[in-house]
Amino acid sequence: MDNTALLLARIQFGVTLTYHFLFVALTLGLSVMIAMMETVYVRTGERLYKAMARFWGKLFLINYAVAIVTGLVNEFQFGMNWAEYSRFVGSVFGPPLAFEALTAFFVESVAIGIWVYGWDRVSRRAHLAAIWLVALAANYSAFWILAANSFMQHPTGFAFRNGRLELADLGALINNPYLAYQYSHTVLSGLATAGFFIMAVSAYYLLRREYPDIFRRSFDVGLRWALVATVLVVGTGHFYNQYIARVQPMKMAASEALWETAAPAPFVVFALIDEDTRKNSYQLALPAGLSMLAFNAVNTQVRGMNDLEREFAVRFGPGDYVPPVTLLFWSFRGMVAIGLWLFVLAALCAWYWHKNELEAHPPLLKAILWSLPLPYAAVTAGWMMTEAGRQPWLVYGLLLTERGVSKVVPAASVWTSLLIYTGIYAGVALAALYIARRIIRAGPGGEL
Amino acid sequence: MMDYNTVCFLLFGVLFIGFLLLEGFDYGAGMLLPYLGETDAERRAIIRTMAPVWEGNEVWLIAAGAFLFAGFPGAYATLFSGMYLALLLILAPLILRGVAFEFRDKDERREWRNFWDWALFAGSVIPAVLWGVAVGNLLEGLPIDARMQYAGTFWDLLSLYTVASGVLFALLFLLHGATYLTLKLGGEISARTRRLGMALTRLALPAALVFAVLTHVVAGLKFVTGVALLSAVLAISAVNLGLKGRHYLRSFVFSGLAVAAVSGAVFAELFPRIIVSSLSPEWSLTIYNSASNRLTLKIMSITMAVVFPAILAFEGWKYYVFRDRISPAGIEFEPLGTALANGIQELRGRIKQACCLADAMSCVIRALRGNDGRVINRLKHRHKVLLLGKGTKKTEPDE
Repeated sequence: MDNTALLLARIQFGVTLTYHFLFVALTLGLSVMIAMMETVYVRTGERLYKAMARFWGKLFLINYAVAIVTGLVNEFQFGMNWAEYSRFVGSVFGPPLAFEALTAFFVESVAIGIWVYGWDRVSRRAHLAAIWLVALAANYSAFWILAANSFMQHPTGFAFRNGRLELADLGALINNPYLAYQYSHTVLSGLATAGFFIMAVSAYYLLRREYPDIFRRSFDVGLRWALVATVLVVGTGHFYNQYIARVQPMKMAASEALWETAAPAPFVVFALIDEDTRKNSYQLALPAGLSMLAFNAVNTQVRGMNDLEREFAVRFGPGDYVPPVTLLFWSFRGMVAIGLWLFVLAALCAWYWHKNELEAHPPLLKAILWSLPLPYAAVTAGWMMTEAGRQPWLVYGLLLTERGVSKVVPAASVWTSLLIYTGIYAGVALAALYIARRIIRAGPGGEL
Repeated sequence: MMDYNTVCFLLFGVLFIGFLLLEGFDYGAGMLLPYLGETDAERRAIIRTMAPVWEGNEVWLIAAGAFLFAGFPGAYATLFSGMYLALLLILAPLILRGVAFEFRDKDERREWRNFWDWALFAGSVIPAVLWGVAVGNLLEGLPIDARMQYAGTFWDLLSLYTVASGVLFALLFLLHGATYLTLKLGGEISARTRRLGMALTRLALPAALVFAVLTHVVAGLKFVTGVALLSAVLAISAVNLGLKGRHYLRSFVFSGLAVAAVSGAVFAELFPRIIVSSLSPEWSLTIYNSASNRLTLKIMSITMAVVFPAILAFEGWKYYVFRDRISPAGIEFEPLGTALANGIQELRGRIKQACCLADAMSCVIRALRGNDGRVINRLKHRHKVLLLGKGTKKTEPDE
């Protein structure tokens, strides 16, 4: 086993999962919103809502198709690149994946076909039920996949037997507190992403003054969700981070670039980080800010990476236990800054919407339009923080990443697959963007 | 009494054979797409037969993979890391194939549609052959060493037997796809597909016989395996008879049985092993030395027992919903149909307005004849709303 294969396998995991989640994030929220639009249509019979559901449905399906096929790669990847990991945790990690496939995916894949091709084959109610099933199944599948991920972050419900981890308590696996934080934060970020997506596309039309009926209503739907979801994303993020401060202190210290233990600990706003000498060559800090944020009390001691590293060395033997600090520090700040910016945008829109003056402020609509990449950047940063912050562990405190990689796969094979996947993913992404643009340009005219 | 290991092996077999059975016909239809679909309408008709159901079919693969991971992580790890490049070759075209269904019709340009048609073709033929090769390898044996690790290269996966298995599976999927399309397509293309199906049985039959003989040579046929392979041969003949007699549903069922029988034969021959080691029989991965702990196996068995009937019912209902035949002519006239439906809806609205207007006019006429100034109050309430807007007060017409 050489380190090239390990590094490549890690890069591949990062690329494929991030790419997958960019598409999943939108489907998590958009499916719910389309289901609500169709609910209004079925209850009132207003054809405008049907046109809305169909228009957003087209964009949803493009995303959904990409999300599905890339998910397939992810499942196989555990066995292909991370065979030793799979052997070690299969008994605990496999069941959530299997539950996801056997319950959520089956329902979703059947219901999506009914929804897309069944407009005039099943009754209106059955058709409505189909999109609700898609929406619920998507969010339910996220539960199981995050249950699996939470296990890697904060293992519960297992026993160490026969040289591997074995499932000891399914209830404990599900009741993992980490899962509650991670799940709420992730699903809400999906809703926020979809809310801003709808707002941005609607803003494009409001600026052009085309199809005002459809896009005013759509904007309203997107805005309500975006406003609520951004508030809650920021809120859950805060509590999630407080929990991480307790169970993964190293991750938190790294995301704050806190090298030395401090009481009270400052909140570092900006820093030039030197990972080699293990200190910040320059930093701008708010005194006692971190103690307050992480532990709700000004004088609490927050442990720095150097201290934690010594403690890890005592517990697990010598080694490098510090995750990539610069990446984490900036991912965290990027995520928080974007979250706050999106909240301000949504609040401004809500204010002008309330006064019925939104369309009189084109710069605001343009700001929404140009901010569309930001929720995606934020969810990517969020996953960087989660996954890179777990390093060097694959299963926190139990299995090092370097021990989980496949033993028999040569670096050349991983190179091949990495190149093929990134090539195909780039092509598919371009095609998806091209089609999305065409759909948006063509507008919902044909549906009316 | 069966132990949970056996139950889980059976359940994995059910999921994987279910995958081959269901995805088999849409692999087959995908392989036939460029050959059978001469016009764009014909190609769209072929794709439309699969479009609502292919995701429901592929999910069986996802479920089988996850089930193997949960139930037999040792086998999952050895197999997937050992067959690395083969799996990569399966997955890469599958990505393009999956998005092709969604992307193809979104642009009218011929190069665009051709590209995705070929993606669908490649995404069907490559996995079809390679799954066959993979299944053959399970049985023939892989160079598995004492530490349960694969000790060969990509080329070790190819041998006379595994290639024969790949060819057989591709032929069976083609046949299965042809019977499916014969059943699902309407018009002249269905007749062409039927003739093609009959020709394919004449290729699949000897391939199945060769496979049976080779299996006997390579692995020594068990009784169950022999019976399964024999029934596969019989099923293929039945497909031919069914197509000849124009019993399309029956021939589709039999081509499915042929796929299930051959894959079932492999699983029966394997049991209780999952991967046979070609280096030493003791190093084979069995349902015991590669399994999860008992609790996981138990939970997986119970979950399947609860969920599986619901899955079957739900999928069955979907196939029932989309039971109609699809004809290229119908596809061609589809935009016209939509336009007509919209036109009718529009017309109905106009007629309603016209009736309302007529009603108003007759009220006016009556009022004028009756020399009553409060004409408007004589209108029906809903017509007043239609004419004057929602704020109108409801007043009783004073007759």
